[in-house]
Amino acid sequence: MSIANELAEKQREISVSEFFERNKHILGFDNTTRALITSIKEGVDNALDACEEAGVLPEIHVEIDELSDDEYKVVIEDNGPGVIKREVPNVFGKLLYGSRFHQIRQSRGQQGIGISAVVMYGQLTSGQPTTVLTRVGPDHPAYRLDLRIDTKKNEPEIKNEEIVDWEKDHGTRLEITMEGRYVRGAQSIFEYMRTTSVVNPHAQLTLVEPDGTRTVFPRASEDLPPETVEIKPHPQGIELGQLQAMAKNTEATKITSFLQKDFCRVGLSTARKICEASGVREDRKPKYLKTDDCKDLMKAFDEVRMVSPPTDCLSPIGEALIRRGLRTEFKDADLIATTTRDPEVNGGPPFQVEAAVVYGADKITEEEQVEILRYANRVPLLYQRGGCVATTAIEKIDWRRYDLDQRGGQGIPRGSAAILVHVASTNVPFTSESKDAIANIPKIEDEIELAVRECARKMRSHIRKGKKMRKLRKKENIIRQIIPQIAEKSAQILDRDVPDYERSIANIMNAVMVTPEITYEQGVGHDVKVRVTNYTSHGKKVRLIVEIPPDGTLEDPNPDKIGLEDNKLSWEEIKIDSGEARTFEYRIRGLPPDDVSNVDAYLDGIDAALIAGAEEWEEDTVPETAPAPQQIDPDEEEITKEVEV
Amino acid sequence: MSAITEGEVGQATLEELYALAEGVYQDFTDGRVPELQLPVRSKSNIEFDEEHGVWKYGDSSSTRSAKKTNGAKMLLRTMYMINFIREMIETNKSSTLREMYYISEGWDLAKFAKQSESDKLAEDLEVVTELMREDFKLRPEEDGARILGDVTVEETTRTGDTRVINCRDDVGDAGYSVPFNVEEEKLSLRSIDCDFVIAIETGGMFDRLVENGFDESHRALLLHLKGQPARSTRRLLKRLNEEFGIPTVVFLDADPWSYRIFGSVAYGAIKTAHISEHLATPGAQYLGITPSDIVNYDLPTDALTEQDERALKSELSDPRFQDDRWQGEIEFQLELGKKSEQQALAKYGLDFVTDTYLPEKLGEMGVL
Repeated sequence: MSIANELAEKQREISVSEFFERNKHILGFDNTTRALITSIKEGVDNALDACEEAGVLPEIHVEIDELSDDEYKVVIEDNGPGVIKREVPNVFGKLLYGSRFHQIRQSRGQQGIGISAVVMYGQLTSGQPTTVLTRVGPDHPAYRLDLRIDTKKNEPEIKNEEIVDWEKDHGTRLEITMEGRYVRGAQSIFEYMRTTSVVNPHAQLTLVEPDGTRTVFPRASEDLPPETVEIKPHPQGIELGQLQAMAKNTEATKITSFLQKDFCRVGLSTARKICEASGVREDRKPKYLKTDDCKDLMKAFDEVRMVSPPTDCLSPIGEALIRRGLRTEFKDADLIATTTRDPEVNGGPPFQVEAAVVYGADKITEEEQVEILRYANRVPLLYQRGGCVATTAIEKIDWRRYDLDQRGGQGIPRGSAAILVHVASTNVPFTSESKDAIANIPKIEDEIELAVRECARKMRSHIRKGKKMRKLRKKENIIRQIIPQIAEKSAQILDRDVPDYERSIANIMNAVMVTPEITYEQGVGHDVKVRVTNYTSHGKKVRLIVEIPPDGTLEDPNPDKIGLEDNKLSWEEIKIDSGEARTFEYRIRGLPPDDVSNVDAYLDGIDAALIAGAEEWEEDTVPETAPAPQQIDPDEEEITKEVEV
Repeated sequence: MSAITEGEVGQATLEELYALAEGVYQDFTDGRVPELQLPVRSKSNIEFDEEHGVWKYGDSSSTRSAKKTNGAKMLLRTMYMINFIREMIETNKSSTLREMYYISEGWDLAKFAKQSESDKLAEDLEVVTELMREDFKLRPEEDGARILGDVTVEETTRTGDTRVINCRDDVGDAGYSVPFNVEEEKLSLRSIDCDFVIAIETGGMFDRLVENGFDESHRALLLHLKGQPARSTRRLLKRLNEEFGIPTVVFLDADPWSYRIFGSVAYGAIKTAHISEHLATPGAQYLGITPSDIVNYDLPTDALTEQDERALKSELSDPRFQDDRWQGEIEFQLELGKKSEQQALAKYGLDFVTDTYLPEKLGEMGVL
């Protein structure tokens, strides 16, 4: 070996631990507080991904023991599929190891540097090896291994391997000793666990803090998120460097087959169009493409019309699950409004935005800034709130229009509300390697704004409906007591019969009031009674429409002459005389108690100003809860054809 | 009034009150929202009545409608109160305003939070029916005045006897206590040997003048107002002024609250502007203490509080205080930023008020 080669080899050997030392800050280990949080985050994200890939409902246990002032033992245990023994060193001990780096698919793992960095950090700060306990199934033994990384060679080493008894059928337990500092507050392990639990209602998370405090974030849903599909890159979402690398490594021998095989949404005719537009000959060998050729191809990608990338590589949480997760966290909230936007696939990696607004939970006080819960691919973002596009999109909105306090009509609003933003993407554009904040891409900002506004509108209408209703309710209570007494007394003074006062009461209230009443019974479901009272001076003919929660089953509507369409139940041509009331009933089965907390009701056929406790029916204002199905382009045909050239 | 029997008065009162109930009853049968019209009882709605020389309510009225919770409550209270008055008239009983307030405790939703509310409703009823609360068998908790001086009255006592009393010779130093009813049937004014009536705000000053023998030395009839004077006190002042034709002067502190007292004595109180012609003495003159006196007599003072300043400014825009003298004095006081009490005159000795201040002031006013 030549001296030069030797030096180069040495250089490479040093670089692994040095690379880590030098880049601590961008990897999320810049201080001891942060390092502890990052470690938990990597471990839990890993565990969640592993469980989901194996189709197991995650049960994750996190424990932090204080060994001395600044030394902690971190335990992360899951019920995932476990890791086969020979893969343990690669999975936990090799920096930058893992299949995810080559995948175009939404996962938590792409978020961080990986669990091996945590193992490395532990070893560098405590000198202790990481203990891995893992078992792949009931018929297999559980192994306990001590793992060290040879920092010079970037090679993991196993020490003290033994077979042990473990009560779990399958799963993995990591014990890592490290330097750290445990804190509570806005940026803490507790917050990470809490916010993770909100968007992962299928997971049960347990946290045992150094002082012994044990918090369980319970599972709120038995459904695993749908599995995401791995896709090849879409021509319109890649960068030059990536194209060059792909061209160098492809097995295809012609440009056309390279484009068809290594990209999604490219068929033969599209590949030919690309070649034509770029001026690169179809039969050129991809391996020998020059930088200028690649640039020409990039340009052509933008010019040639092609089908948007598929969206089944994205995994939105879904409105029902977001509501369930938030409901677990904000039990007494008056309203949880949610929106899932259609996936945005035109140019760049596909992404999808979801948002939710929680209103009126006891734990959020009126005077404070609203809580912002930011997520990228289901992973909470705790740091750099101000630099994140989710925050800037929220700050731009004039929240006074939505009945929240906001100084000067910009900035983070105040009020009893919380806002959740989730960006799902195969490639979330972060502001930096530490992946704390989503970069300000105008398209993403627009989508976030639209999603948040949609929820805000629902919140506003809820607030206003509530205010009007509370006022009327209070008035109704008093009027219902006082007016009869006035009538009675006036009759008594005059020695006459008590006059009929119902029309006077109707004149006073001057509203058609819709008052829902929900009762839940275990094993039966939610019984909903909607009372419509005509407190106006004239008879009314109206249509009552109520929204049925999409996941529930409707039963026994009464009266049963109803219309049912798109989860909306309607009673037509209801005649109610002045001062009269009518009641409409139905039952919803199959939903947990907290899922039906209010009734979205609409009235059609009367002036909006007279409606209380419901909204005016407008044909197109009620948004579809499910995203519209994607348009299928005729070009789609080509993709399925295997083309041999 | 002597030609009309008590029963007839009661019947007439009831007719007026029934008319109110009738209106409400009719609103119900017609499906309307019941309501009551009331004159606006604030300084924005008082007008000078040329005929009586006093200030009375103008034409602005407000509607108490059952549309508002408060209006509905007010209507219910009105019905209860009418019912209560009816019972009293029918059983020939009467009650004090305070007793009525306690009785209203049993009025369920119509009960009052404090006595001032029930008193005010009784006044409202007076205003709407153009009757006096005496007609309703309601009387105040007497907090009546005392008078001391050479005036002879004839009082019909509770036993129906009449008793002739000279308010200087037949009473002690505390004076004669004015009964709550000072109308002719209860109290007739027989004769007087005084040159003027002096109405005094505080008991301390009244007693000072008594002790110093001011009634005899200056042929004065002393009257203790006891702060904001009761209706009977104002009524008596008016009768003394009208029936004997002697001047009335009012001796108060130099602060906005005292000017209000003067306003109610001389011009008519805003609260009772519907009966100002019964209660106000248009000829009454303000003697002092004036803001100018504070400077002229170099009196001890206190600084005006914020409330004082607000009250003074409110008086500047009060239609009753529009003459140049009041405007000048109030503006001067605001500039000065000070107020002073009657008893501050004691700075110059206990006799100063009777030997110097009052003679000087009365001389200036042409009373002496």
